[in-house]
Amino acid sequence: MVKRAAGGAHYGLRDWLMQRVSAVAMALFTLAVTGFLLSHRPLRFADWQALFQPHWMRLLTLLFFLSLYLHAWVGVRDILMDYIKPTLLRLGLHVAAMLALAAYAIWTAQILWSF
Amino acid sequence: MAAQHKKRPVYLNLLQIRLPLPGMVSILHRLSGILLFLALPPLLALFQASLGSAEQFGEIRASLGQPFFKLLLLALLWAYLIHFFAGLRHLALDLHWGTRLANARRSAVLALALALVLTLAAGVALW
Repeated sequence: MVKRAAGGAHYGLRDWLMQRVSAVAMALFTLAVTGFLLSHRPLRFADWQALFQPHWMRLLTLLFFLSLYLHAWVGVRDILMDYIKPTLLRLGLHVAAMLALAAYAIWTAQILWSF
Repeated sequence: MAAQHKKRPVYLNLLQIRLPLPGMVSILHRLSGILLFLALPPLLALFQASLGSAEQFGEIRASLGQPFFKLLLLALLWAYLIHFFAGLRHLALDLHWGTRLANARRSAVLALALALVLTLAAGVALW
């Protein structure tokens, strides 16, 4: 029997897991917010703002968005690897996506703690 | 032998490839993911405005009343739902649930149908 140690940094497995864990987190948050929206029809501004008023809700919402950005990073990276062949272009798009997602993360925190 | 290899049809014409249903769900999963990624900045701006003040909230509500924005919103909702259900299907496949061909086909149909039905339901509720 051939015993081979799989080499590498295992970042493939880490990303694979990250994509799935973030997916489950987003799915649960989606269900909760959908439940809120369905029970507050038609939605009024006061209810909407009150939903995001508690500190724990701001934290959960930030977690949802961070999950979204990590999830989007793995997805966008995979798609670029599959379809963009020229190395330099692919690298540039990778960097652009990374920077955009980092900026979105900061923006999101700003939104949640500035109203 | 070599000449024979050269004559093999390379069939990568996207307009002529006919994907099986699970393949269709897979490519829709990717397309909806890209669409949602590109829609992030406007959606974040919308989220920010909706929390800003009652006036801005009212403006968003009014503009979402226009058919164009309503259709745009429903298209994004459809993309979200396809991504959601195709993603759940993927998680199930990761756990080795429904990996037999017949089941995989059935769950592919189910994912597409659920996304469509819920989008239509939201459309009816919003209109």
